[in-house]
Amino acid sequence: MSIILSDISKNFGRFSALNHINLEIPEGELVALLGPSGCGKTTLLRIIAGLEQADSGRVLLSGEDKTEQHVSRRGIGFVFQHYALFRHMTVFDNVAFGLRVKPKKIRPSTGDIHRKVHALLELVQLDWLHDRFPDQLSGGQRQRVALARALAVEPSVLLLDEPFGALDASVRKDLRLWLRSLHYELNVTSIFVTHDQEEAMEVASRVVVLNHGCIEQQGAPSEIYDHPANAFVSKFIGQTNVLQFDQQEGLLLPNTPPDGKSAHVRPHDIVLAKASNDDNAHAVLRDWQHLGALIRIELEKISPYHSGLSIFVEMPNEQFKQLALKKGDKVTLQIQRAHWFH
Amino acid sequence: MNAVTDLIKTAEAVKRPALTDPVWLRRALTGIALGFILLFLCLPLAVVLIEAFAKGWATYWSALTQPDTLSAIRLTLLTALVTVPLNTLFGLCAAWAITRFQFPGKSLLLTLIDLPFSVSPVISGLIFVLIFGAQGWLGEWVSAHNIKVIYAVPGIILATLFITFPFVARELIPLMQEMGSQEEEAALSLGASSWQMFFQITLPNIKWALLYGVLLCNARAMGEFGAVSVVSGHIRGLTNTLPLHVEVSYNEYDFVGAFASASILAGLALLTLVLKTTLEWLQQQNRSPT
Repeated sequence: MSIILSDISKNFGRFSALNHINLEIPEGELVALLGPSGCGKTTLLRIIAGLEQADSGRVLLSGEDKTEQHVSRRGIGFVFQHYALFRHMTVFDNVAFGLRVKPKKIRPSTGDIHRKVHALLELVQLDWLHDRFPDQLSGGQRQRVALARALAVEPSVLLLDEPFGALDASVRKDLRLWLRSLHYELNVTSIFVTHDQEEAMEVASRVVVLNHGCIEQQGAPSEIYDHPANAFVSKFIGQTNVLQFDQQEGLLLPNTPPDGKSAHVRPHDIVLAKASNDDNAHAVLRDWQHLGALIRIELEKISPYHSGLSIFVEMPNEQFKQLALKKGDKVTLQIQRAHWFH
Repeated sequence: MNAVTDLIKTAEAVKRPALTDPVWLRRALTGIALGFILLFLCLPLAVVLIEAFAKGWATYWSALTQPDTLSAIRLTLLTALVTVPLNTLFGLCAAWAITRFQFPGKSLLLTLIDLPFSVSPVISGLIFVLIFGAQGWLGEWVSAHNIKVIYAVPGIILATLFITFPFVARELIPLMQEMGSQEEEAALSLGASSWQMFFQITLPNIKWALLYGVLLCNARAMGEFGAVSVVSGHIRGLTNTLPLHVEVSYNEYDFVGAFASASILAGLALLTLVLKTTLEWLQQQNRSPT
């Protein structure tokens, strides 16, 4: 089911949480609402769900205006950040809840409910825990029960609030990939909220970057990474060096710097070489860290204007070994690609 | 290294006398506490029972089965039967409003709920006399419509309602605040109606606290003296509740009657304590099921 948000605004007292949000999500996408905390992403998710009312604007699901419709009739599945499992019910009863509260006329028979719940629990690989209570589960297990519970009512849209926020790093990695493959298996339009850009880039087919209640950019992960729309997106997504240049400086740039703008340069877009003499050196090597296949090199820029500025460069391990650099070595830099923002 | 272990040793040496008091002090404190409990809690209870049975089981029974005593018991039960369900409902509403909605004046409401606790019961009774009494604000309107409030059963019920209002709300508010509304929102998002949400999600989570509040509310409704005394008028067989009947009988030198009625209230208190302990235990079990 497609989702259209048109001109959504929401204020909490004098604080403007969302500011004229327009967003269109095509059917079957897995979308990440990404932004720093307090940017309004959870509020937006709750407005789509109907758990919160927007001050103005409309919410359209499958082209139908659902703005006034109660959360219980929107046909959405919502997975809460802290799972919100019913603590007094077993895993089975939690998942069955959505089926059992259906009006008598459309409620499945006990046998059907039984089959369906077990099928869902098998889907999330937790059928063996069906008679446990939420307290007896680990974080990752609770998360999957919450997901099975939301899926039981066959929602046309699945909304997940910080789905991996409260999990251990290792569990988180597994669940991310699992959620992604589950999404392609079920093909339910899904939106998840996250403040972790890595998570958004890894899981989502489409990323919406929010800041201060406004959409900064939306698009495929690669699009956002390679062509950030503004300085905020460039700094928020991935690592970026923000550098200021004036004409005299000798760093080799791909183009002449526009006036008054800063260059946003990805660490892997800088080529580094040992300086042949002190005069043409751009930076001094301070330190480096191993990031698995890559090395992150910390440099200090040599400049009469901005001394002490750190520049990060990333390059493959092998390449770094061939350069045979030591701490304190002087190096030259060549910037291959830069985005210019104010 | 040696210096560190030395330091730890000194710390332990310092800690020991600070945490454990000398034997004589421990015994003295325990003795005082036990003596106090014996003197002020157990002794009166014993006196009530001894006095009630001073002239034998038959006299006790006939004191209890006097028409006036029976009518006092009936009125007490009636009062509890009306006020407890009403205050359960009010308490639920108040707790729901305070923990689930944002509205101006919320903290004022929270303070007002405690008002019956902070006002002397006599004043609480007096309020109703000032409102519904012959010279009260609504006195003329009430008598014009032939309704008797003061010195009648409605007044007793009103005063008891006022006095026992905070018990249920006070139990529920902290619990519901701590629980948050996410489980309720989850139930709604799964298609539950508001009633289904309340009866299947909210109520099971708050039931022990609710029962606890109802129990305390009931104990107070049956035992309230001050406020009821002001509005009742002490009419024997008509507007005397059990606590008032105890006083009236005692003042008329009917000691067996007074203590027999008192023994019922004392029994009620003991029963409440047992139930209260059971509920607390169940609540504890419920919070940590693993």
